Amino acid sequence: MSETHLIDRVRELFPEAIIEVQRAHDELTLVVRKSALEAFMHFLFQDTELAFNYLVDVTAVDYQNLPEISEKFQARFMVVYHLYSHQNNVRVRIKTPLEEDEAVPSVATLWKAANWLEREVYDMFGIVFEGHPDLCRILMPDDYEGHPLRKDYPLRGRGERARFLFDTGNQEG
Amino acid sequence: MNGSLTPPRQRTDVELETLNLNFGPQHPATHGTLHVEVELDGETIVHTLPHLGYLHTGFEKLGEHMHYNQFVTVTDRMNYLSPLSNNFGYVLAVEKLFEIRVPKRCEYIRVILAELSRIADHMIWLGTAAMDLGAFTVFLYAFKQRELLYSIFELTTGARLTVSYARVGGLAADIPDGFIEAVNTFLKQFPGAMDEVEDMLTRNRIWIDRTQGVGAISAEDAINYALTGPCLRACGVGWDIRKAEPYSSYEDFDFEIPTGENGDCYDRYLVRMAELAQSTRIIRQALDNLPEGDVNVDDYKVILPSKADTYGNIEGLIHHFKIIMDEHGLPAPVGEVYCSTESPNGELGFYIVSDGSGEAYRIRIRPPSFLHYQVLPLLIDGSMVSDIPAVLGSLNVIAGELDR
Repeated sequence: MSETHLIDRVRELFPEAIIEVQRAHDELTLVVRKSALEAFMHFLFQDTELAFNYLVDVTAVDYQNLPEISEKFQARFMVVYHLYSHQNNVRVRIKTPLEEDEAVPSVATLWKAANWLEREVYDMFGIVFEGHPDLCRILMPDDYEGHPLRKDYPLRGRGERARFLFDTGNQEG
Repeated sequence: MNGSLTPPRQRTDVELETLNLNFGPQHPATHGTLHVEVELDGETIVHTLPHLGYLHTGFEKLGEHMHYNQFVTVTDRMNYLSPLSNNFGYVLAVEKLFEIRVPKRCEYIRVILAELSRIADHMIWLGTAAMDLGAFTVFLYAFKQRELLYSIFELTTGARLTVSYARVGGLAADIPDGFIEAVNTFLKQFPGAMDEVEDMLTRNRIWIDRTQGVGAISAEDAINYALTGPCLRACGVGWDIRKAEPYSSYEDFDFEIPTGENGDCYDRYLVRMAELAQSTRIIRQALDNLPEGDVNVDDYKVILPSKADTYGNIEGLIHHFKIIMDEHGLPAPVGEVYCSTESPNGELGFYIVSDGSGEAYRIRIRPPSFLHYQVLPLLIDGSMVSDIPAVLGSLNVIAGELDR
């Protein structure tokens, strides 16, 4: 199955959904509208010809400091999915533009691997995945405030280190 | 005594409760700061809840504030059992972004060192996994091999653990004198040592009882949970990025992909042991056909000029300045790439978004351990508490890579 065939098939079935098709560095990227994402991912997973049975990665990019992209897609974030098909040895990247207060549908019901990957994106970017079985922080502490991989979060944090309990615990006790 | 046994007395006046046990974060069998909260009914595991983040270091955030070559040092610290594999996986992604291909000699040297670090990684896995199940002798055998390998890494890179040997467009230095002899000496004794280990484990009654049928996962589940590497191949899926999407001249070498059948701890052990033999095969071929020539690309835009050029002429000095100084760095094209390699644990991917400056706009690391750790509840729920070390050991979860 060639990449051209893949593009033709999804264009035919989802004429409205695909905002842009990018090909660079031998990689295929489809920018998909958020409203159609759920049906689109379901199709990629279910279709026996495409058979994207392996969700490689879910991540996000904060385009706040790149106005040429955030203005073009009218979105601050892009949620990025990397898919691979064992059957066809083909990789594809799906991107969905997203505004700050919007949520995306979870794909954890299709690929169980998405469970922790989406939790990490929520933890790091504050992006909410609708329909996720257990959306909570994964790497940062539960009571942490802020989302560290957002571009407006400073590299050295917001003083959390100074407020760690064990720094002052001895003096108080 | 008559033969009849009285049935055990059932207490009806108390409510039987399950016990919550914290396994880790400081437990010797976790080999890192892993924390698993298990709910026990007697000795049976009812429910497992892994907690992550004890070793979270913010590598992805750091990557947005470092030059491309500076980030190589950070990749050392991800899977610290095979830092060279991380180094090469990362620079391959950057080279894909820059659209440069390093000379053949460099690719062969990278293959040799990546396979040596695969052996080193498997040695630490073998030693610790066997030790957790009581086979202390194996630990000593494996760590002797690791010691020999780390001496080779020290000879080559100057460091044993934090090697930082790869550079965008080449290597920090060519291999030193005596490298080929050192690797050959290692390869001469290695298969014999592994035969001894296999004699101790493969048909060992205790080893089989502790690992066979323990922590099994089906091929469909393994793919759905995004397992890769030996954990996937133990289920019978013969998928290896070195074969499926060859990088760094892997297509030049003749090797096989060992697979298992049952996807349990024992098959993961067998697959890893078989991989050792394939790695030595690749290293032998690469040593025999090692091309002559330079190891770095001939382009001072990405590679530091030689000392003679830096001090001897103005162009060399300018190129040196441009690469080293803050606010400059390597001139990256605008764009994004995803590049993955077959690290000892599975698919190690780097997703890099570049805005054209000397630092990446976003670096995402796709670690194999993160996804392997996710299946832990599936593998151990319903089994005995003593199976936890066996399953954790067979998954080879590396905390540095898990939490990043």
